[in-house]
Amino acid sequence: MTNLQPLDFEKNVARALKDKQLIKNIKSAMDTLVLKRKNIFSNTAETEQLRVLGNSTKTNALSKLPELLERLEKKCTQNGIKVHWAETIPEANQLVLDIMKSHQATRLVKGKSMVSEEMELNAYLQKNGIEALETDLGEFIIQLNHETPAHIIVPAIHKNKDQISKIFHDNIPDAPYTENVDELNAIARKTLRHKFKQADVGLSGVNFAVAETGTLCLVENEGNGRMCTTVPGVHIALMGLEKVVEKLEDLPPMLRLLIGSATGQLITTYVNMITSPRKEGEKDGPKEVHLIILDNGRSKIFADPQRRKTLYCIRCGTCLSHCPVYNRIGGHAYGYIYPGPIGKILNPQVEGLEAAGVLATASSLCNACEEVCPVKIPIPELIRRIRNESYSKDPASTVEGHGYKSNWIESLVWKIWTFINTSPRINAAGIKVLAALGLKLPKAGPLKQWTRYRSTPEFAPQSLHELVKQNGVHNE
Amino acid sequence: MSEQSRDRIFSRLYAGCRQPSISVPQPVPMPAKTYSRTEKIEKLKTLMEAMRTEVHVTDAQNWIHKLEEILRKRKLKSLVYPPQTTLGDTLESQWKNSAGDLPQLIPYEKEIEGFKDQLFNIDAGITTTAGAIADPGALILWPSKKEPRLISLVPSIHIAVLQAEKIYSSFLEVMQKENWSAKMPTNVVLISGPSKTADIEMTLAFGVHGPKELIVLVVEEY
Repeated sequence: MTNLQPLDFEKNVARALKDKQLIKNIKSAMDTLVLKRKNIFSNTAETEQLRVLGNSTKTNALSKLPELLERLEKKCTQNGIKVHWAETIPEANQLVLDIMKSHQATRLVKGKSMVSEEMELNAYLQKNGIEALETDLGEFIIQLNHETPAHIIVPAIHKNKDQISKIFHDNIPDAPYTENVDELNAIARKTLRHKFKQADVGLSGVNFAVAETGTLCLVENEGNGRMCTTVPGVHIALMGLEKVVEKLEDLPPMLRLLIGSATGQLITTYVNMITSPRKEGEKDGPKEVHLIILDNGRSKIFADPQRRKTLYCIRCGTCLSHCPVYNRIGGHAYGYIYPGPIGKILNPQVEGLEAAGVLATASSLCNACEEVCPVKIPIPELIRRIRNESYSKDPASTVEGHGYKSNWIESLVWKIWTFINTSPRINAAGIKVLAALGLKLPKAGPLKQWTRYRSTPEFAPQSLHELVKQNGVHNE
Repeated sequence: MSEQSRDRIFSRLYAGCRQPSISVPQPVPMPAKTYSRTEKIEKLKTLMEAMRTEVHVTDAQNWIHKLEEILRKRKLKSLVYPPQTTLGDTLESQWKNSAGDLPQLIPYEKEIEGFKDQLFNIDAGITTTAGAIADPGALILWPSKKEPRLISLVPSIHIAVLQAEKIYSSFLEVMQKENWSAKMPTNVVLISGPSKTADIEMTLAFGVHGPKELIVLVVEEY
């Protein structure tokens, strides 16, 4: 992903913290999402069992990822779906453009797809004279306002209805000003129905691709996804290569986990399973279906057994909703399409540590994300891995840009620390001196930054060792 | 381009698999719940009604009258239906004998390219179902040559006729009993209610792109 400006995370955070309206909008929506999820997963034992199943389903699928992808490709091809592979974002964008061009198509309607956001597809197509229109209500709102999604599931949640009323009134011809949610929906319905009818090509994401049958499974509530995949003559589906599951029977538990975690529903309005283009004699559905499978760094993440767990992600967004940091800064501050806890581990691995490594610092390691993750991704463990690799000069480190933060002062401090702590006499003598002087650490050098938001530690008059010797240990 | 990319992607993935492998747990399916016939109807009705679906439990003699009543009450002008199906034949013969106060029956018999403008202006659509799932409550639509996909999506009202004996306890049960993996059609859709969104301030609103209303006629002894 190409960011127009290099990520200035600190500045973004400072800006977000000052935006009281933003924080209020985000907080209220996240409270709702958290509560809805809690209600749907009220049976703790059953939920745990389901999460274990989700985790093993993904572990199993990724353990044979290349075979499953080959099987998916073979099955889809037999069913008449054309499969394309893109190693990079420019390749994926080019593939979409080529398909559009081969049909002299100028109008594209889009269902929600995070991969298309990752590709910045809309901007690319617009540059090439193609109208790419978002049709998911949330995505439609932010597209009108020239923004990126603030949340994976509810993209326009940083805006309240008054702000949306204004966006509609200012950007949609003949749209009356209204703050009534039903009326706002009606405006979107009317505007977009016309577009569905006119569009040459429809585009969608993929929630799960089933290798066994070559089926693309999509979930949604609005019906815009079904419109995009049924009305136009051509359907293009985009997926990250980690989205494949082995069997059709993997779907019921995975859908339950995805939907319950994402929106707190038992099932979405629509679960759409697409296995082929329109067959001879059928009266609707696209005559061509294309599946573009994107790598964009995923195969490199796959090679490292610990980092591979990042690819378990089913994009439910629940780690965002539960994250104390996300709740206070919203999605845009992260500077990448994938915000929140999953973004903290995914972006640095895809973009490299120098570009995005700073995101891993925005965590208190409270573990909320891991506790709610439907497929049990050890997000805090991966955050620590990324933090460690930021300083690691070890050639065995695998994250791109590892060691970018390493510096001689810190290396020297740790060397001295190791020396002192492995020489009992020097250690004991050092502690005595520090305790006697009651030294406060100076607010200078790297400690200046550290103490900006933290109190400066002070050495106690007696060490823990001495206190234990003196008082013994009380087992409570 | 695509071919070389494919090779590079696969060579990295296969190399990644050569790692000393971690033990891979086999997924253990959740114990499936099964419900009695009455429980299934009740569960489906409760769950779908909670999603603002109108559910009527009726029988083979009365469902068509119930349908007429629903259509008359709403004063609909047009109804699109699948011709040359049992459902289509029943509707046609029933309409012949009606007093003329029912919506105009419009058969979906042309390909969408020649039918689009008309379809987007029809009030309601009626379809059969391939069954339903009691938990979570959803209809199974299995479109075919005779029963196109867009009947259940484009008109503002979707009416679905469901045979009570085709309600399964769970999604997994219907997949296994009906051997879905061997016969996946062009498209299958599960539908749990009318189209909805909560994208504005998490406020639930119905009928954003698809049908604003979903009406299910559960027919016993069809």
